[in-house]
Amino acid sequence: MKVYVSVSTNIFVLFAAAVTAWSQDVAVGVADSTDNAEIVAADGARATGGETETTFDAAALAEVRAAEGHRIAAVNKAVQAAVAVFSPGGGGGGSGVVITPDGYALTNFHVVKPAGNYMHCGMADGRRYDAVLVGIDPTGDVALIKLLGRDDFPVAEITDSDQLRVGDWCFAVGNPFLLATDFKPTVTFGVVSGVHRYQYPAGTLLEYADCIQTDAAINPGNSGGPLFDSLGRLVGINGRGSFEKRGRVNVGVGYAISINQIQHFMGYLRSGRIVDHATLGATVRTSDEGRVVVQNILRGCDAFRRGLRYGDEIISFGNRDVTTVNGFKNVLGIYPRGWRVPLSYRRDGERFDVLVRLKGVHSPEQLIEAVQGPRAQPPGPGRPQPGDQPKPGDQDPKKPQRPMPPRPGQRPGRPKVVVPAEAKKLIETKRGYANYYFNRVLREQVLSKFLAVTGQDYPDSAWHIKGKFNGNAEFGLELQTDFVTGRYPEGPDRIDLSKDLDTQLAPIGSHGMLASLHAWQRFLITGSKEFGDVYYLGTVPIAGHDQPCHVLIGTYNVLELRFIFDPNNGHLVAMEIFSTADIDPCELYFADFREVGNGRTLPHQIEVRVGLKTFAMLTVSDFVFDDGSKSKPADKPPNPKAENDATGANTVPNATTTES
Amino acid sequence: MSRIAILFTVGLLTSLSQFSFAQDPTALPDRQPETTAEQPVEPVVPTQPAAGFARVSLDTFPKLVKVYGAGGIRGLEPYQSGFLISNEGHILTVWSYVLDTDFIAVTLDDGRRYTAKVLGADPRIEIAILKIDAQDTDYFNLTDSVDLRLGQRVLAYSNLFGVATGDEPYSLMHGVVSAKTKLHARRGIYETSYQGTVFVVDAITNNPGAAGGALTDRRGRLAGLLGKELRNSQSATWLNYALPIANLQQAIDDILSGKVRPAGRDNERSKPAESLTLAGLGLTLIPDILAKTPPFVDTVRAGSPAAAAGLQRGDLVLFVNDRVISSRSAFEEELSYIDRIDEARLVVQRGRELQEVTLQIK
Repeated sequence: MKVYVSVSTNIFVLFAAAVTAWSQDVAVGVADSTDNAEIVAADGARATGGETETTFDAAALAEVRAAEGHRIAAVNKAVQAAVAVFSPGGGGGGSGVVITPDGYALTNFHVVKPAGNYMHCGMADGRRYDAVLVGIDPTGDVALIKLLGRDDFPVAEITDSDQLRVGDWCFAVGNPFLLATDFKPTVTFGVVSGVHRYQYPAGTLLEYADCIQTDAAINPGNSGGPLFDSLGRLVGINGRGSFEKRGRVNVGVGYAISINQIQHFMGYLRSGRIVDHATLGATVRTSDEGRVVVQNILRGCDAFRRGLRYGDEIISFGNRDVTTVNGFKNVLGIYPRGWRVPLSYRRDGERFDVLVRLKGVHSPEQLIEAVQGPRAQPPGPGRPQPGDQPKPGDQDPKKPQRPMPPRPGQRPGRPKVVVPAEAKKLIETKRGYANYYFNRVLREQVLSKFLAVTGQDYPDSAWHIKGKFNGNAEFGLELQTDFVTGRYPEGPDRIDLSKDLDTQLAPIGSHGMLASLHAWQRFLITGSKEFGDVYYLGTVPIAGHDQPCHVLIGTYNVLELRFIFDPNNGHLVAMEIFSTADIDPCELYFADFREVGNGRTLPHQIEVRVGLKTFAMLTVSDFVFDDGSKSKPADKPPNPKAENDATGANTVPNATTTES
Repeated sequence: MSRIAILFTVGLLTSLSQFSFAQDPTALPDRQPETTAEQPVEPVVPTQPAAGFARVSLDTFPKLVKVYGAGGIRGLEPYQSGFLISNEGHILTVWSYVLDTDFIAVTLDDGRRYTAKVLGADPRIEIAILKIDAQDTDYFNLTDSVDLRLGQRVLAYSNLFGVATGDEPYSLMHGVVSAKTKLHARRGIYETSYQGTVFVVDAITNNPGAAGGALTDRRGRLAGLLGKELRNSQSATWLNYALPIANLQQAIDDILSGKVRPAGRDNERSKPAESLTLAGLGLTLIPDILAKTPPFVDTVRAGSPAAAAGLQRGDLVLFVNDRVISSRSAFEEELSYIDRIDEARLVVQRGRELQEVTLQIK
């Protein structure tokens, strides 16, 4: 059946051909008709000028229209969450996308950098919202901001960007050339040109690893805006293009940071901090046989302690096969500093599978200085530094440029920005933080949830703990206020709390089990009070926990500690105690939480790990506190309404003698 | 209806204009098909991603190779694109400075690396065929290549900006054929010796490193070879184009059949007792300082055969008796195979033009 369509110009026919491919292979048997439509359309296009009679296959036309309808629907859905970001001081702007109903939105670091900690955002509804900076990842060029004024923002649906394939349709939404003075976003359409692309650093900090390449137009001002798949699901944040001799406009080569990478960093970005990326402590090169081998490795880095050496072949990293140096760098680029990532390597035909803890790319002060300037300058996150503007001649095709929008009419001496009170409440400046407010709030939330489930009434006196050591032998621990002793098959040991703890790492091989348990005791007794300037780090995946766990960082004596909390129940589930930089930390994993009376809930299984090995599994039968309260675990863990009065329980008093 | 035309001229693939068109049902063509009921009234987001070009790309990638050679200075990228045209390791690519080296490296889609030699080249249409010792690879069968019509959807595969290394796949772009035209009409504007028909594409297909890539239809059938970067010397705009395979077929056949071979040592040929020499022809070339110094004419002696043939200072010798000359030493070597009583037919590049001249010592 043929349908006759009269068109006044052959351009319409070209258009029909262009949309035809959208519907190709939707169903077996349809492909032929769409093919015909394309051929018919192309035939029609050869006629020139005037009124042209063109034939279309009805089924093909219906297919084209259906595909077009799908595309419109996906775009209509996706544009709602898009954000136009403007620097109130006239420092340019860019794009962004809202990801939570309470207004958290993603954009590029280089978009918010000129704006500082407060910005104006427009959305597709035509309204303007105030927004504050939350956290920044200068290396990955990502920033998290929070829009204010609603708790029902339209949000982008996030999908697994690793499912994208070269050739899939996609579209970018944003504010190219800052056209969106009415906040209506611009949509540009394209295909995925490449996945898992590695783009070399364009400056000292910036590096685009594992990014998505698209031929959808990414122009200056698109920076920070979303890249969607054909269903309107968020797959990336557009941030770079290959700009070269053709000027600073799109040449069909745009790059988006994958949303999967950003998901890894999300807990860190919410922390209000300046977030760092990771290195392995080793560099790799391609060998003559095309293998990826270790070229250099730092002694004392975690990978070295896990056995990695010069010349070893990297087989896989982060559960991905590694076949190129770019592939290796891609994996490194998607993880935050401090995460532990699986690594497989081969030496002399033998394969080793280990977990490695990733080092930071920058020293903390290095990163802060790069973002906030040297310490002498007045604090203020995101103050633009001299030299921000790219220099002419700095345009190497291997180093794609960031699409910074032009800044028309910008003059020195910008108008002073008045930050409204609502936004001011959410801004706290502190050196080293993008916005300390969010760090403080998260730290307080994690601590209060922890105290609520663990109990606060822990006596500041000696504790006595006993139970089974590795399932058979007995152990006994004396956590006194000025010393700690331990009895177990490898013991006994004693540490003096009046001296530096990094030299008292007993028992041998535990890297400080006694010191760690003492720190744990102090944390239960005092909360965070004795642990210095405790801050919220972010979230890390911990084996045995579905969701990434919250991490607080503190110091005690000369030790650095990481406290790891289950986000669901609030329990302290792990601690990592770093004594010196070049040895593995002592790790404590807490499980089997039971009420022990007096509103206290304590773990009855403590696994002590060093490196990748279990040093000891402590199964606790009794906790005894020297304020007279004794406790024994309830029989059925965990029972929130167990007897509060421990002395009334059917307990056998602890045999350990104490002087109280 | 004219409103539609205006919308479309804004840009075929500028999505918003299409959507605003489609959202307005009155703007659809006058005669609605009988199947109107099938049209979605309220667009809904589908549950499955729209089929793009992922599947066809998976079939295409194994045919594409990354070519590495000379360059690396002054914005000359030391890499370009190419694709396999036989299961015996023949690779079609563009003839460029990248191939102007004794060491050309080729990486297949699966990451295997080879050194390649130039089997032959035709500088007149700026193509070259490389040969690697690979067998049973995927390849484009040139006899299956297709012509393209105006408006037809095309896919462009290349290693633009050298972004892919090892086993990483090429970059894909999509677009439509926006014109089929002859470049010779623009002679003096585009710096190329190719003068045949080209497919002009509405996508930015000819980025650095993309030359030698493949232009296919949306089913992955080969249609063209992405050309070198061409900048319009008058408007300073860049051309995005591909050379139709049909226009290259004769030259490719000639190279594959051995008609166009690189000059130089050849055990099957014997040298004459007395051969042509530069001095005999009345030529000097620029000094031989590089491993592969290009054979530029430096001086032409008055009254010599070279002067009689009209050779000029600055001419670049490309062919001698249909053999490709890649360097000054190759030119001298080739002359040594020609008896001094025979003629030498030279193709030289003078500015942007190619000239054919015949030299004979009388």
